[in-house]
Amino acid sequence: MIRYALTRLALLLLGLFVASALIFTTLRVLPGDVAQLIAGVNSSAAQVAAIRERLGLDQPLPVQYGTWILGVLRGDLGTSQLTGTPVIEEIVEKAQVTIPLGLLSLTVALLIAVPFGVIAAVRRHRVDGSIVSFGAQALAAVPVVWAGMMLVVVFAVWLGWLPAQGFPRAGWDDPAAALRALILPALTIGVVEGAVLLRFVRSATLQAMGQDFVRTGAAKGLTKTQSLMRHGLPSVGLSVITVIGLQVAGIIVGAVVIEQLFSLPGIGRMLVADTGNRDLVKVQSELLVLTGFVLIVGFLVDLLHRVIDPRQREGDA
Amino acid sequence: MTRSGWTGRLWASWPGRFGMIVVLAIVAIAVVSLFWSPFDPLRVDIANRWAGPGADHLLGTDGSGRDILSLLMAGSRTTIWVAAGAGAIATITGLALAALGALAVRAVREAVAVIVDILIAFPVLLLAMMISAVWGGSLLVVVASVGIGFGVNIARVTRPELRRVLHSDFVLAGRASGLTPWQNLWRHLLPNVAPVFIVQLSWGMAVAVLAEAGLSYLGFGATVTEPSWGLLLAELQQYITVHPGSVVWPGLAITLTVLGFNLLGDGLRDATDPTLSRRGGPHRAATTHTPAVTA
Repeated sequence: MIRYALTRLALLLLGLFVASALIFTTLRVLPGDVAQLIAGVNSSAAQVAAIRERLGLDQPLPVQYGTWILGVLRGDLGTSQLTGTPVIEEIVEKAQVTIPLGLLSLTVALLIAVPFGVIAAVRRHRVDGSIVSFGAQALAAVPVVWAGMMLVVVFAVWLGWLPAQGFPRAGWDDPAAALRALILPALTIGVVEGAVLLRFVRSATLQAMGQDFVRTGAAKGLTKTQSLMRHGLPSVGLSVITVIGLQVAGIIVGAVVIEQLFSLPGIGRMLVADTGNRDLVKVQSELLVLTGFVLIVGFLVDLLHRVIDPRQREGDA
Repeated sequence: MTRSGWTGRLWASWPGRFGMIVVLAIVAIAVVSLFWSPFDPLRVDIANRWAGPGADHLLGTDGSGRDILSLLMAGSRTTIWVAAGAGAIATITGLALAALGALAVRAVREAVAVIVDILIAFPVLLLAMMISAVWGGSLLVVVASVGIGFGVNIARVTRPELRRVLHSDFVLAGRASGLTPWQNLWRHLLPNVAPVFIVQLSWGMAVAVLAEAGLSYLGFGATVTEPSWGLLLAELQQYITVHPGSVVWPGLAITLTVLGFNLLGDGLRDATDPTLSRRGGPHRAATTHTPAVTA
């Protein structure tokens, strides 16, 4: 187990290195003269030189990369070129919207995917099972922006139950209003991601139904469904854990779009604004934080999977 | 496997048939829109703004009086070009990475496998935004980033398949009968991984359609002069409280197209996979069912 964890940790570190090198290369090396790009077309040579010096662009590229990574390890993600605020401060502030949004979305997705995925598998030859399967297939094809707009039309415009946009200025000091502001966005991401997840749960359940231990349960007198619930669901749960690792990327992407749609002051909306403003230093660190998060969750999910599933440990010394 | 064999099976399964009809219909609409649409999609007609659906404007008009049906028809061109362009780039990068990861010397093979596993965690939308931060957003950036992102996904699925075929008897026989590695690749390896590959490509095009809509909505895709369903969604969103009905159409168009490509992929998978029987047969592992790349 420890050997596996160490190998997997090495892979994670390699992953973080490859991701950071990719981001650095794209944002620092490919543009040619970053300082010129930041300063704009109508800038004087002195302005460009000042920016170059401030960002350390006069240093060799490996040194620049090293400075950036060492800073990140110390918690220094650089400062915004537009506002001059440290990037880490802004990320911590915006994370107070994005992290609850992500957790709520994941909860909604699981509440939809697990029960309906099992139903779709168990009752696949019946009408209701087929309807669930097709519904998931269709929902998974819905663009998340449009799903959000439709929910806004129904719950904000017609019924007037929930706000169509925005987040309370007081933030979580006004917990009821903050939560209300997140319900529709979380529902939007959760429903679409839940539909994607449902198809994995359905496949995993079908696989579990074919396993010997489920068939044995049925043979010794349990009904097929009882046997599946008692012996098969743990293995379904395992595949769900794996898929959650994949879903994290989906939820982050969903948050980028949905925070824009609902005007939520989160990390996703900040990234959209910074990309539009070409605040390259900020975009660079934000992308590293987001991809780093995806990679770290993937790492934790793999470890968790290993800990829970005894079959995976059989080869371990 | 004869050609008529699997096209016939594709048509016989309902997902395959539905997917084929939808995709062909969208392509047909895109072609027709080059010559004809009910109105000029860019013609502003302030007198007729926010006209409801009716005989004149089948799906109504938007805030500057443009005909929504004509805008949707023109938008299908963008959708098809993004799907086809991203598909082409995904084919090139995917096959190149898969071939490198399956056929090169061991150190290269393993390096490619690890890098592919890492890159797959990088969402396509973030890749596109990263490139947009440098060069500004455009449809070309969308096509390139989705193509590369999905190429990586294709490589991950195709590479093991390529390795498997590599060790099969007919490839060995080909090598024994004096085919060069290149000839062997062309004659025996590629035709045998083609089914797996085409299925992935179809799912990838669905992701491309979603990504184009999302990125154009965010302002990193189509520009104002380029008709796009995602851009139309962004425009109509501003008036969603006053005119909630009009926002339905572009969303339906995107959903239908994505569903078409997804079901076409499912149909192709069932039609080309001899181990997958119609009912109750062995089921594929959950991980190969849906593309891991998210738009």
